[in-house]
Amino acid sequence: MKSLFAEFKKGIHIENPTFALLLGLCPTLAVSNNIRNGLGMGIAATFVLLGSNIIISSIRKLIPTKIRIPCYIVVIATFVTIVELLLKAYFPVLDRSLGIFVPLIVVNCIILGRAEAFASKNTVTYSALDALGMGIGFMLALLIISSIREFLGSGTLLGFQIIQGFQPAIIMVLAPGALMTLGLLIGFNNWLKRR
Amino acid sequence: MDYGKFMTIAISAIFINNFILTRFLGLCPFIGVSKQTKPALGMGAAVIFVMTLSGFITWIVYKYLLVPFGLEYLRTIAFILVIAVFVQAVEMAMAKLSPALYRAMGIYIPLITTNCAVLGVTVLNVNMFFKKDMSIGFSFIASLLQAFCAGIGFMLAMLLMSGIRERLDLTDVPQSLAGIPIAFIVASLMSMAFLGFSGFKF
Repeated sequence: MKSLFAEFKKGIHIENPTFALLLGLCPTLAVSNNIRNGLGMGIAATFVLLGSNIIISSIRKLIPTKIRIPCYIVVIATFVTIVELLLKAYFPVLDRSLGIFVPLIVVNCIILGRAEAFASKNTVTYSALDALGMGIGFMLALLIISSIREFLGSGTLLGFQIIQGFQPAIIMVLAPGALMTLGLLIGFNNWLKRR
Repeated sequence: MDYGKFMTIAISAIFINNFILTRFLGLCPFIGVSKQTKPALGMGAAVIFVMTLSGFITWIVYKYLLVPFGLEYLRTIAFILVIAVFVQAVEMAMAKLSPALYRAMGIYIPLITTNCAVLGVTVLNVNMFFKKDMSIGFSFIASLLQAFCAGIGFMLAMLLMSGIRERLDLTDVPQSLAGIPIAFIVASLMSMAFLGFSGFKF
């Protein structure tokens, strides 16, 4: 039981995809301008990760080694298309604000990375737990970055005003704020590790 | 043909909506391969090449395969497969035809499959240039031009970044920020400078 939990837990802190492994940075920065977008992307990516990890780990013995990457990409792209259609049908507003980054979940290196490094070598149960842990780690990272950016850039959290009379800095919701926040957070994580 | 429109597309793709610094596409190679100028140039050239030709191929696939059969919703799967196959083919052709070029650019080619800028530009082309009132010729040239200029913008950002990072190696950076974190902070300052271009009005 303990090792099952360990597979789940490692993605959240020690091997956190964003802060420790530096994977999937493009969507992390692009959609983290407010918490709603960040959460939406986190949930979508977790769904794709879970689905593709389960399928790939269950057919891992059937896939020839030489063409494994195209096979993984087809499985991942299938789940991304499912997410795209679901978002368009039920959450059109979120779909518009995530825009081009919904189809781009296909090339999110976290998902291909977990398929190659974990799901292709482990059983379905472990792969599913690994996917959940990594997905939640990714979501947490998005949540942290988007809370900082939304608070400093718009003065709100989830759309609610927090401090009366706070003058937000618009630069934080634009591109430079995203790069700066991520750089400082990775630096902070390094500092925590070195202590 | 309206040359002004093409000019707008080119300048917008290179400067105003620079793929790396404004749209956040292709950050992995931007951070990973920008430590020195030479590999950065190689990667930039490889990306321009692959992007332009992927733009060309995906336009044809979308226009003459997906649209006639009403399969637009399959574009993500179709595009990523086309790009992956195309990149593999380029790698093999390059190894056979020009070993010198392959030695210089070969290691960057497989990395390009998962470069989100390439898939990004093809999806953007479909979103922007497949409106009803556009002629086939305009849509085709505009898509190719945007793909090519996005590649140029990518290379420009790579070159600038690698120049800065070569000098950064000699400076005394706080230990926790050394390496990748400081690269992001530099990128943030560069992106602030690129925000200046968004004042351009056409």
